[in-house]
Amino acid sequence: MSYHLTVNGTATEVAVPGMRRLLDVLREDLGLTGSKEGCGEGECGACTVLIDGAVAVSCLVPVCQVDAAVITTVEGLATPTTGLSSLQQAFLETGGAQCGICTPGMLLSGQAFLDSGAEPTDDAIREAIAGNLCRCTGYTKIVEAVALAAGRRDETGA
Amino acid sequence: MTIAARPGRAVGAPLRREGPAKLTGTALYTDDLVFPGGWYGTTIRSTEPRARLVAIDLDPAFDWSRVAVVTADDIPGDNVVASIAADQPILVPVGGEIRHQAEPVALLAAADRETLREARLRVRLRTEALPPVFDPLASTVEFARYDLAKGDVDAGLASADLVVQGTYRVGHQEQLYIENNAMIAVPRAGGGVIVHGSLQCPYYVHKALKRGLRIGSEQAQVVQAETGGGFGGKEEYPSMIGLHAALLALRTQRPVRMIYDRHEDLAATTKRHPAIVTHRTGVMRDGRVVAQDIDLVLDGGAYTTLTPVVLSRATIHAGGPYDIPNVRIRGRAVMTNTPPNGAFRGFGAPQSEFAAETQLNRVAEAIGMSPLDVRRRNVYRLGGITPTQQVLRGGVAGEEVLERAAEASEFDRVRVRTAESRGRRSPRDRTARGIGLALAWHGAGFTGSGEAKMGSVVSVELSGDGVVRILTASTEMGQGTKTIFPQLVAAELGLPIEAVEMAPQDTALVPDSGPTVASRTAMVVGGMTIQAARRLREAVEGRTGRPFATSYRDDAADHGATRIDQAFEPYPGVGFDDATYTGDAYPAFGWAAAVAEVEVDLDTFEVAVRSIVAVDDVGRVIHPVLCEGQVEGGTLQAVGYATIEEIKLLDGRYLNDRLQTYLIPTALDAPRIETILVESPFAGVPHGAKGVGELPMDVGAPAVVAAIHDATGAWIHDLPATPERIMAALVGIDPPGPPGISTVSPRRAADGDTER
Ligand code: FES
Ligand code: FES
Repeated sequence: MSYHLTVNGTATEVAVPGMRRLLDVLREDLGLTGSKEGCGEGECGACTVLIDGAVAVSCLVPVCQVDAAVITTVEGLATPTTGLSSLQQAFLETGGAQCGICTPGMLLSGQAFLDSGAEPTDDAIREAIAGNLCRCTGYTKIVEAVALAAGRRDETGA
Repeated sequence: MTIAARPGRAVGAPLRREGPAKLTGTALYTDDLVFPGGWYGTTIRSTEPRARLVAIDLDPAFDWSRVAVVTADDIPGDNVVASIAADQPILVPVGGEIRHQAEPVALLAAADRETLREARLRVRLRTEALPPVFDPLASTVEFARYDLAKGDVDAGLASADLVVQGTYRVGHQEQLYIENNAMIAVPRAGGGVIVHGSLQCPYYVHKALKRGLRIGSEQAQVVQAETGGGFGGKEEYPSMIGLHAALLALRTQRPVRMIYDRHEDLAATTKRHPAIVTHRTGVMRDGRVVAQDIDLVLDGGAYTTLTPVVLSRATIHAGGPYDIPNVRIRGRAVMTNTPPNGAFRGFGAPQSEFAAETQLNRVAEAIGMSPLDVRRRNVYRLGGITPTQQVLRGGVAGEEVLERAAEASEFDRVRVRTAESRGRRSPRDRTARGIGLALAWHGAGFTGSGEAKMGSVVSVELSGDGVVRILTASTEMGQGTKTIFPQLVAAELGLPIEAVEMAPQDTALVPDSGPTVASRTAMVVGGMTIQAARRLREAVEGRTGRPFATSYRDDAADHGATRIDQAFEPYPGVGFDDATYTGDAYPAFGWAAAVAEVEVDLDTFEVAVRSIVAVDDVGRVIHPVLCEGQVEGGTLQAVGYATIEEIKLLDGRYLNDRLQTYLIPTALDAPRIETILVESPFAGVPHGAKGVGELPMDVGAPAVVAAIHDATGAWIHDLPATPERIMAALVGIDPPGPPGISTVSPRRAADGDTER
């Protein structure tokens, strides 16, 4: 079977079995290794991507379910022209990434939260990243990073 | 402000050097590396806790021509994973003894995962069961033993107003780095292998490869990939996996990937040692502790691994940060038929200091003194003498971290409030709040003569094309090594941090700077890095007569490359006698205090840790953001240890060996953490840093347990403080079984084949 995906703005077609995990399609067929595998069973969130803007763990999604979908991975956040996204920049400044293995997934959950326009309270941010495990940071600086990016968004009205 | 002038203190905190790569998904972790033509490897493991391996049967109906099979017979060198002792095999040989569940027995590799999966099902291990030992107290095999004594314990106990006794038990804890263990071996053109992997200690793997494969130093090349967390869990087991991948690569003459999934990582790799600690404490009515009699048993699991060193740290720290005149500490580590335990942040100290702190809180309660005052009374001060007869000559900050934590958390005030609400509690109340305090010390760097024996080397070079480069085997796995080393060298040379490069952690390029463990990177290796930079500066300035920063490029052009190799030089006045186990156990100690506030659900007995004030004396802060990050991360690991992280075992096998069943705290479970960094420097290194990685791990759990007591009145002696244990303590029913010890299935019990 062949499936049509728009990944980070680029339309692609992959010819793979329909039950192949989206995570493997991204990492192995498309060479986008930014999405990580920490458990393969939906628990850690390291494989988090956005599917049509919604947060999803790509290790539990067979590619047949995302035919014609728009996928965003960590590779789609920064652009060559504008550099790091505002959230990535905030992570860099606050120290939200330590070993970095949870970071791609965290960024996408954080980005979905920012895109939702929700009020960036401490509790709301924690709720938004509750599906992403981080063993390094104690989450403090990740929460700070999301809040910082949200603050800048609100300031600039962007 | 003197901050900018301090050696090692950068002007402003630079951003994490490899941060952008990690944030954009371009940082390459092991599983992200592509090697065309590579095969996939897998490990066949035992499914019994103890047995004789009679045969490895390969199903003749299966087409084995597509699969590479490696057994112990194929090992060219010694069938030993080189570590402290030579007892752990790379693969159990036929005729040999399986000593634990999930022990490696054979290796398979194939071109694709499906073939490999099928092949796995066609391997049968024929075994003869042997009786396993699960109870450490029943074990007759001792890996190590240390006895420490100071003063006269019996006389001290006899003179005390009150003697308090207690036994504390802690179970396994999994490091749970989010990146599983992963190694890829690639055959080298000139013989031997290159191993790329997720690892803390390139030269440990290097040594293991040389011995197991019987190859020379040049032929064993180890390259660290970006590493997604370690916490001690990638200190030793990567040697095993590296050997496995290398054996398959040499057999197939192809790259072979050994990428563990979470289940295998949890089932097979090392955990924090379970411990049983018994205290007898003699105390006077005025709060002076006059005697500590401590007995400590660590469960090492099936092989020696790093257990003797974990035990020595556990033993030395077992009394806690208190200057007690009469102390006896007896520490033993024993063998059980469970997967070997190993390094995990804190390295024995979190176990023994949980016991020490909980015991001290019970002592304070027994004499009606506040937990804060009993600590003020007994904490080490300058000139204090430890159980190894070490005189604390500098950098003693126990009092300071204690007072800062008490102040920042308003400990006394909150405690009055929680006591009032405890007094007023009615059966209608659904929750109870409590506050708890803990204090700890943590020896910086290796124990005893470890550092002197290691003989580490760091190099700083000025290349012929004018680039300053640091060459060290110290690995980055989240702490910020690649940021703080350039910071230290740049400050010494008067350069902007961007002008200093880090060579990759590749044994073909960098010298052996020792392992990235024991919080030694910032203090020991960082100190050597500064020394090397200083010598480089002197050499260049001697030639050019101008400051380094303005002359090094000219010097490189005129004079060519200069490389300084800096070997570890023992710190002046620091000495340890291995024979008597006395002297300066550590060149310096870091000090930590934590105050936890919890809310206990009185229906479900679940504990929510609301906030933690963490005060840590790290000697000198090199990079405030990275340093705080270490404290916050370590604090949350300690909260997990205190409340939810437990491994259950059946017949010596970890039962909850998946991420669905082994739980760690999420962002919602995590407390608000307030970090306060204290600087009480170590005079033996130019920058004064004492390390930070492990400190917060020692205090979190006892602070949480003290807070649970403050909320409910129940003392929890066993970690984790699960709802079952809290309910048992409050309701007076039998607690669930002790943590860390395997239960035996009815079949096995009926066979009577368990030595208990
Ligand atoms: S790998 Fe998908 S949730 Fe863990
Ligand atoms: S930064 Fe290491 S797991 Fe989050």
